[in-house]
Formats: sequence, C-alpha cells, structure tokens
Amino acid sequence: MVIAGLVLAAVLALGLVIGWWLPPSGRRPARAQRGGDTRRILLPFSGEALSTRALDAAIRLALAEGATLMPAYLATVPLALPLEAAMPRQAGLALPVLEAVEQRASRKGIPTDCRVSRGRTRRDALRRLVAEEDVDRIIVAARRNGDPGFTQDDIAWLLESAQAEVLVLRPGPDDHRMVTAKAVRGYF
Amino acid sequence: MDRPDRGRHKVFLGMAAGVGKTYAMLEEGHEYLEDGDDVVLGVLETHGREATAGRAVGLEILPRRTVHYRGSTLEEMDLPGILQRRPAVCLIDELAHTNAPGVEHGKRYEDVEDVLNAGIHVVSTMNVQHLESLNDLVTELTGVRVRETVPDAVLARADDVVVVDLTPEELLERLRAGRVYPQERIEAALNGFFTVENLVSLREVALRQVAEAVGAQRVTRVELGSRGRSMSGEKAASAVAERLLALVRPRPQDQRVVRRAWRSAQRLGAPLDVLWVQPTRDLGDEEDRGLRALRRLCALLGAELHVIESDDVTRTVKEFARERRTTYVLLGSPHVPRGLDRFRDALPVRLVRALEGIDVRIVADRALRDDPEEQETAW
Repeated sequence: MVIAGLVLAAVLALGLVIGWWLPPSGRRPARAQRGGDTRRILLPFSGEALSTRALDAAIRLALAEGATLMPAYLATVPLALPLEAAMPRQAGLALPVLEAVEQRASRKGIPTDCRVSRGRTRRDALRRLVAEEDVDRIIVAARRNGDPGFTQDDIAWLLESAQAEVLVLRPGPDDHRMVTAKAVRGYF
Repeated sequence: MDRPDRGRHKVFLGMAAGVGKTYAMLEEGHEYLEDGDDVVLGVLETHGREATAGRAVGLEILPRRTVHYRGSTLEEMDLPGILQRRPAVCLIDELAHTNAPGVEHGKRYEDVEDVLNAGIHVVSTMNVQHLESLNDLVTELTGVRVRETVPDAVLARADDVVVVDLTPEELLERLRAGRVYPQERIEAALNGFFTVENLVSLREVALRQVAEAVGAQRVTRVELGSRGRSMSGEKAASAVAERLLALVRPRPQDQRVVRRAWRSAQRLGAPLDVLWVQPTRDLGDEEDRGLRALRRLCALLGAELHVIESDDVTRTVKEFARERRTTYVLLGSPHVPRGLDRFRDALPVRLVRALEGIDVRIVADRALRDDPEEQETAW
C-alpha cells in the first residue's frame, strides 16, 4: 500500500515536472510545430494588389488542409539593373500586401511563410519561384480586362511547368475587389 | 597660403542639377579671392545659366584645351595648363565628367587627383546619383540610369563635403522659372526626372549617404533659396544618423519583423541591418529554407543581412550594435520559455539592460489584437 502510494506520488511529481517543463498552451500559430510534411499553398502576385478571390480560396483550402499559406511577391527587375539590385519602390508596394495577407491568415489561425522572387519578367520571377520552392498547390486568378491577375500565357505555362497542383480561378464579377495596402491593420 | 604636399579637396554635393552646387563653388572661390589667395577656375559648366555665369565674373578662368576626336572638336579642362599655372586653389566643376579620348585620364575625378597631388586645393561639384554605389538605387528610384559615375572612395577621401540642399518644391520652382534649363527643355524635365517623388528620394539619399560615408562631423548642409534655413553640420548629421537593427531568426514570422523594421527605416531615412545570431550547430532544413527567404527579402529591400555564429545572443547583439552605431533594435515576440530558460529573463529584457541608450521595440502580430471595430471591412 505504501509502495503504491509512493509510486502514485512519483507519477504525480513526474507529471508536474513534465507539465512545468513543457510550454504553456497559448495562442500560437496552428501549425507552428509541424514538421517537414506540411502542405504548402503558394499564392503568387505582382504589382500592388492581390486578387481577394484568390486569397479567399487560398485561405479556405489552407484551413481545410491544415496547410501553410505562402504569399509570394514577384518582383520584376529592369534589364538596366543587376538581378540582385535592391528594389525599394517595388518593396514599398509589396510589403503592405504581404503584411495584410499574413494578418488575415493569422486571424484564421493559418500559418504563413512569405516569399519574394525576382526575375526579368513576371514569368521569369514565377519560374524561379516554382523551381526553388517545394509547394503542393498554386493558386492564381486569371486576368480579365487589365486586372492584375495572370494572363492566359502565364497560366498555360504554369500548368505545363509547375510540379504542383495548379488552381486557376476563372475571372469573376468580384475581380475588382483587391487586397491592397489599405487592408493592413494598424499603422504600417 | 603655404603650399602643402597634397591639396585639400572640398566637394559640393547636390541631389540634382539646379540646386546651386556650381554657384556655391563660385561663392567659395570669391571668398578665397577676398582672402588674397590665388584662385583659378579650372573648368566651369554654366549650362547657359546667367546667374552662374555672372558669379564667375572676377575669377580667373583658365582656357580649355581643344581635343580632336573622330572628326569632332571637343573642349576639355586643361590639366597640364592647371599644373603649369600652379594656383593655390582651383575650382573644378562636375567631378563625374567623362573626358574625351586622348587626354591624360578618362575621368575628371582622375584629373582632380593630379591637381591635389600637386599641392593645389580643389573645390569641386557632383550630384549624388553619380556616386557609384548609389547608381542602382537611384536608377530604381527614379527610372533614370546615370552613366557617368564616381567611385565612392573619391568622396570618402574628400576633406570636406558640403550638401547643397534645396527643398524639391523650391527646385521645381526654379526649374519652371527657367533658372535650371532653357525654356524648350523645361517640360521634358518636369515630365521626366524632375518629379517631387524623385527629388524627395534623391534628397534623402544625398543626406544619408554623406552622413554615412564621409563621417557626420564633416558634413555641412547649406540651404539655398529664399525659404531655406541654414543648419549646422552637427544638427544635419543628427537628423540622418539613425540606424535600425532587426533581430531575426530564420522562421516565417520573423519576416514581419523585417518588414516593419524596413518601413520604420524608410520613414526615418535610416539604413537597416538585419541580424541573425546563429547558434553553433548545423542548420535544419526549415532554418535553411527560412534563411534563404530572409536573404531574398533583404536583397529586395536593400537591407544588409548579417549572420553571426554565437551562443550568446545578448553579447553578440551588443557588440554588433556598438560597431554599427545602431539606434533602434526591433525583434519579434519572445518565444514561450521552456526548461531552464524559465529561470532567466526574456531576450527583450536582457537586451534592454545590455543596450543602453538604444530603443528596443517588440514587433507584435497585429492580427491578434482585439479590435472589434476593425473587421473584414477593409477588404
């Protein structure tokens, strides 16, 4: 009886130590501790805005699949500049959008892992991005009437070249709704 | 004036054509003249500006020499003539100028070296976009690539650098009034290079670059124009002497720290360093991927990413901040302590103690802020 009591006390003490040792549960990104099997959803964009429909779709899928969202800005570097040159003007357009996407995803408990990729053209930047990043799904919105989505050629190239599943959103009536710098919460 | 082994070099630096660099150089020449020094104008580029040409009256102008090249006749500064004349002070306009083939040097700043080595003091002028290290940045900011560049070392070696400053609005007023370019070129200039955005960017670059590269104590800022106010060198330097440090780890959420730090740096007109104090162990795949992403982000922003291997974060940051003269440190929220880490202070607390006189800012995830009024309406 005494031994059983001692064992019970030891187990309780061990439980207390383990409980103290482990980090307290708190408000953390949903999958911050996951390993290398994480699904990744790539959401490329260029310019100063991102299709709201594309982001909504990416968030829905990321929630359903427990995936990490990877918004990626495609910077185009003029031929007059070295490919690695700093691009503060484009950075000024891209960063608020990346921040807004991250905030929106974070509110839904979706982890984000932002990327920037650069190339001589948007296609070149996209090519480098998909070559370097291991992703499971790529979401793009098709362009209509000069919207900042992806052209037919870009999409055809992506379908042919990317190793990941490509989700193309047809042009829709809501395409004028864009995620811009105005969507950032707080002062940025 | 005694002739030294090497002359002193003073450079009037401006953000763009028309701010008054050449005029300031001529003023300086007149001051030397009034002090009784032997001053000559080695070369003057008035670009047809009457006020500039008028201010040159009274100064001895050395004739240019003629150079024949592929059937054309070109006029260049007469370097042998200057060396033979041996004045105490020589005024040489437009340091970045490319000489015609066939003369002693390809570039005018190389001519200036010879003049300085002859013990002649030189007063010269240049625009900030001609500085070699800024060429790419200025091209990206303004869309205009400048072909004639001057190595940074030339400016760094100068004994005095004077920023000739003018607000963009005043420069545009001058331009519209025909005081910078002739009438037929004004519209093209206003539609091209001379926009408020370009000029604001260039002005920032000029002030920042000089404070950084030349040493703040030697910078004097001269404002010209009716509304301009002069500012002492010390004050001008302190206005641009901020330097930010973003402390990161190669994890996705720390990109937020870099983004916020860059925005703050932009507002302050300050340079940004990004530092990861890497623990002394091999990198995991996730860290490696995160580090590559950080490198690409920093490259886009023009921020410097430093990776220093050390197990003592506080000491490493302290040394780095002292070396780089950091004034702000930004870092992400500290991780929840585990194990023995519970017994010591969190990193921000240790940094606040260690980094005396440096602001420490913790970058939060604003999406987690309770703000019922801010919902999805912003989309």
